[in-house]
Order: sequence, then structure tokens, then C-alpha cells
Amino acid sequence: MKSYKDYMLFDKLPQTWCAGCSHGIVLQSIAAVMAELDVDKHDMALVSGIGCFGRVDDYLDINCMHVTHGRALAAATGVALGNPNLHVLCTMGDGDGTTIGGNHLIHAARRNINVTAIISNNYNYGQTGGQYSATTPTHSITQTSPYGHIEDNFDICKLAIAAGASYVGRATAYNPVMIRKLIKEGMQVKGFSLIEVMSACPTHYGKFNKLGEAARMLKLMNEQSVTVAQAAKMSPEELKGKLVVGVLKNEPRDDYYTEYARIIEAQRIE
Amino acid sequence: MGKTVKKFMEGNDAMVAGAIAAGARFFAGYPISPSSEVAKGAAKELPRHGGIYIQMEDELSSMAALCGASLAGKKAFTATSGPGFSLMQENLGLAVMSELPCVVYDVQRSGPSTGAATKPAQGDLMQAKYGTHGDHSIIALAPSSVQDCYDLSITAFNLAEKYRTPVIFLADEVIGHLRATVSIREPEPGEIINRKAPAPGTTQKDFRPYDYSGNMPAPMVGVGDRNLLMRTTGSTHDEKGEFRPTPENIDRVTHYLMSKIEDHVDDITITREYKMEDADTVLISFGCSVRSSMSAVDLLRKEGVKAGMLELVTVWPMPEKQIRKALQQAKNVVVVELNMGQLAGEVRKYNDYGCNVIQANRTDGVLITPKQVVDALKGGMK
Amino acid sequence: MEGKFDIKINAKFCKQCGICSALCPKQVLEQEVGKVPVVAHPENCIGCKLCAMRCPDFAIDVEGK
Repeated sequence: MKSYKDYMLFDKLPQTWCAGCSHGIVLQSIAAVMAELDVDKHDMALVSGIGCFGRVDDYLDINCMHVTHGRALAAATGVALGNPNLHVLCTMGDGDGTTIGGNHLIHAARRNINVTAIISNNYNYGQTGGQYSATTPTHSITQTSPYGHIEDNFDICKLAIAAGASYVGRATAYNPVMIRKLIKEGMQVKGFSLIEVMSACPTHYGKFNKLGEAARMLKLMNEQSVTVAQAAKMSPEELKGKLVVGVLKNEPRDDYYTEYARIIEAQRIE
Repeated sequence: MGKTVKKFMEGNDAMVAGAIAAGARFFAGYPISPSSEVAKGAAKELPRHGGIYIQMEDELSSMAALCGASLAGKKAFTATSGPGFSLMQENLGLAVMSELPCVVYDVQRSGPSTGAATKPAQGDLMQAKYGTHGDHSIIALAPSSVQDCYDLSITAFNLAEKYRTPVIFLADEVIGHLRATVSIREPEPGEIINRKAPAPGTTQKDFRPYDYSGNMPAPMVGVGDRNLLMRTTGSTHDEKGEFRPTPENIDRVTHYLMSKIEDHVDDITITREYKMEDADTVLISFGCSVRSSMSAVDLLRKEGVKAGMLELVTVWPMPEKQIRKALQQAKNVVVVELNMGQLAGEVRKYNDYGCNVIQANRTDGVLITPKQVVDALKGGMK
Repeated sequence: MEGKFDIKINAKFCKQCGICSALCPKQVLEQEVGKVPVVAHPENCIGCKLCAMRCPDFAIDVEGK
């Protein structure tokens, strides 16, 4: 039986992230799922963007492509269509994946590109000092919303569901077992899957909002969590401020390549 | 010799035919005038050859998708014009840094911004080289005929693969929409260059997808190779493709990215001469302006002026030797281009010979006429 | 008292964030601020491995003896 370590560059540790940052928990989950599925490394490609979580490629022993800020899903689209036999993972933070890269996210979901997107959402731009992103909760404090954030935030999963993703799930970093389950299912779905992991950034977001140390932040997000089954029995009022966790959508349909392959099949002359 | 057929076609269509002949099997782009026919042709032709067309949400993502497909082993191309070319600069830099071969067709139009969307210009000459940030070199080829659109496309992909670099195909509205009879010659397998693969039996431990010790790119594999894992990043990296932002490494990477192109300028440079043997008046031009310049040479010859023309097919790296030779040979050099003097500035850089450098520019979205070139010479002649 | 599980903590990787000790369901680990956690109550360990899975620093291994 393989260990998550078999898919990592363990000599690159200790990793670069701050103490208590959840990104390492997500990274371990990704490697653990590859070990559990016993995938051939040569069949795995990871595309990552810029930001704290964009650094996951530094630690994984698979094909890796580290690209520009916000464009990871666009590059992953090229990789997935360039070699349709690959399992393509795309790791992004909330700034990378939903703010600068928000347009690519909805279109990758709409086209149903065969990619598993994993977004580690810690509500802020950590690498540049904790500025607000498209997922920063309203009224919270960041480096660039010192008087309280006045914008409404994206619900990443709802966005992906509306845009047409095949599979969408959400877990918190408190629950690494659920993260593994969702990534595993997402990888097994042909088409666009998105897994949002609610992550703690104790260095910036936690400190600005007086949420305490990492363990307390994880406990708080667990207290905020309700399962899909629980949520179904709750009113919109009751659901305010809650995080619905679990499988939010699982409706696979033919991915872009499968559809396109039919065109090739019909039109091919060489 | 490969099979040849004659076809009456538009420049933009000849670019698609050339790309496919070169082995390109992936296109990601966003429609924009006056390049849209390239997208149209790619969408129609690629699946017929087992390739893939995808229309992305913008030019940022198009260029990123090109990088991804190139890394997956495909010969990839896109087509755009000014505003789209501006957006592509971000991931053009990624292709430069990650050394991912691809070809970007820029069918130039009038600018800045939306400008006059369907009118020709040659104002992207500097952007082709300096548009993306940071020091690097790049290859750019400028076609001056529909035949060039086909033939030079094959050259563009060959250079991209050989030097693991993006190549800019610096066309313009005039050439893109020009129609002519073209010889579509199927290239022989030996005429097609593919990126160098590692020696058989190379182990992961010994595999280095980057090499900064010399001036030629390291062998690479496409992701999905059965034996080797590939690693690339737009961050300054070492031979394994791992992030290494040390001063020594940044310095050697920067120097390498320049020298892998600049050291091979003789291999990359394509120029053409017209009546240059005895010329003391030389027109230097590229792209659509070449056509007016040739006629201007003929007009001047009729008047008894010993005129000739140097056509720069390769515009980046700048053909310094050939430009210097012209400057040495001529009393007057006229630089003919549809911009305010982007090429003229480059020519003046090399003018250590006291040659009189005159500009013949037109920037109203109309191709410069031979008479305007002649008038510019006469107005600036010493 | 000896437990059924061997809990190894890699002090070189540990950043002393406190997640493992605070969230262990059986209070197996004890930790002082600014220090690496210690396996204070191995006999209580049920082998759930949540400490290892939640460790962002890859510093914990739990194995059955």
C-alpha cells in the first residue's frame, strides 16, 4: 500500500507556509488520494497558479506546471486537451482561482474540461500580506479593508454549480477525511470537478479578525459547517453564515474532449 | 519533394495551411479582426487532422492554454491582433520562461487600443520583442506575401521547436486579407523540426528539462511521457524546473534566455534583397510595406536612381549584419513601415557609418504607396 | 502506560502551530506554546490519525505497533 509520501518530494520539506496554515493539510490530502488510487505518477499533471497555495507544485513528485496568477485553469485546459489521457489537477487559492481567475473558472466549468480544481479558500491574499479577495466575507477586516469589507463575497461552489461543473464539493480543513473523499470522487468524475476547501490563514485573516490561533480557526469553521442533509432542512435565514459541506453536485456529463473527439471521428481525413 | 498543389487563397487561410503542414494540432484563441479567418480555418481544419480547436474566453487564457498544450507535447498556435496581442503578453512571458514552443500569429492592425480595427498597421514591432516584462529575446517573422504565410508558418514552427521558444508571426491586415495563388507544398518529413527528446534510457534522476550551461535548450518530454516526469514554472528555476530565485541563478537564466536566440542569429535570420548589387539608395522594410518598397525601387530605377531594397523577413532578432551592410553600402537608407518609425529606430542604432537614414511612414490605416516612399526619399535626401 | 500506536513527531518539520494537540479527540498530545508537542498519553490513542492528517507540516506519523 502506497503512502502519500510516495507522491511527494519529501526532501523539499519543511514547507514554505506559515505555522498553522491549512494549505499543508490540503496538500497532504491530494498526495494521499493519489496514493489511495495508486495512480501512476506519469498519468498525473498538476497545474498551479500564483499565491500561497500555488506553491503546492514544489512538493509534489508528479508532472507539474506552475503558471501565472489566475491562469492555472486556462493552462490546465491546454494540458487536458493536449493529452486527454492525463488526470489533471489544478490547485488555486481564492484570489488566484476566483478573483483574478474567476472568468476562467466559470468557463472551464461551463465547457466541462476534464480537470479537478482544488481551491484552498482562506478568504484573503496571503502571499501579499492579507488583502481582501472575492471570497472575503462582508464586514471582515483585511489589510485593505481596515474599516470592514463592504463587498459581498462569492460562494465558489454555487458559482461552479451554476456554471455547469460536473462535480462540486466543499470541506473544511478541520475535516481532512472529507477532503480526501471529495478529491477522490472529483478525480474519478470525467469532466470538471471542483473541490473547495475552507482553509485557515492565522497569519493574516485570523489575526485581522481576532479569530485566534490555527486550531481555534479550524474549530470555528467546523462549528459553522452543516452537511448537505442538514442544510436541506434549514431555512435561508438559518443557513446565513453557515458552510454547507459535502457533495453539493454530482451530475457527470460528457466532457469537452469526449464531445470534441466525436467531431474528430466524423471529420478526420488523416 | 513533397506534393504541391496550387490554391488561390487568403493570407490568413495560408497561415492555417502552413501551421497544419508544420504539424500544429492545437489552437486556442479568441476572435479578433483582422485575424478571425485564422480561427475560422483552424476550427474547420484541425479536427480533420486529428487536432483540437478551442475558443477561449479571452486572449489571456488562450495564451495560457497554448502553454499547457505545448507542455502536453502539441505544436500549438493562436491568432490575434493588437488588443489581443496586448493581453497575450502575460503568458507569452510564461512561454519564454518555461521554454514552451508555440506560434502566435499577430495580424497587425491600427492602434493603440481599439484603434481602427480593420485597418492595417505595423505598430506591434516593438511589442513583439518588448511587450512582456523582463529581459528576454524572441523570434518574430514578418510575411510579405500570401506564399510567405504558408512557407514561413512552417519555418516559424521549426524555429519554435528548435529553440523552445514562442515565435511571433508578425503579419498585418494587408497580408492577412490579401488573396493570391499559393503553392501548397507538403513538406518532407526531414523539413519538419520537432523538439529534442532526451536520449533513450534517460532516468528521472538524470533528466534535466532545462540547461543553462550553454545556449541551446535542453531536451524535454510532453507531460504524460511513460518514463519521465516534466516540471516547468514561470518562476526562475533550475535545471530540474524547480524554483530557485538566487542572484546567481536569476543572472544565468536571464543571460541564457537572451543568448539562446541572439547567439543563433545567423541561423534564424531570413532577409531578401531586391536590386541591391549596385544600390546606393536602400529601402529597408518588412511585411506589407515591402510590396510598396519594391515598386518604389522600380520607380526610382526608372528615374536613374540606383535603388535597392532589403527585406527583413526575420524582424527579431534584428538582422544587424544585413542592416549594417546596407548602411555601409548606401548614402541614403529609407526605412519604410506603417508606424511612426519603430524599425527606423533600430536601423539608426547600427548607423556607425554616417548614412542618411530617412523615414517613410504612414499611420492612417492605409498601405503606404510607392510614390510616398519615393517622395520621402526625395524629401530627406542629402 | 504503552499504547497500541507509535506516534512519531518530526521536530525538524514541526512549526509548533498547536493544531494536533488542540484537536486530538483523546488528548494524547500535550504541548506548550513555542514547543514541539509531546506524546503524553499514548495509551489513549485510538489510531484515528487525525493529528497526522491535520498536521500542515507533514511532521506526524502514526503507526500501529
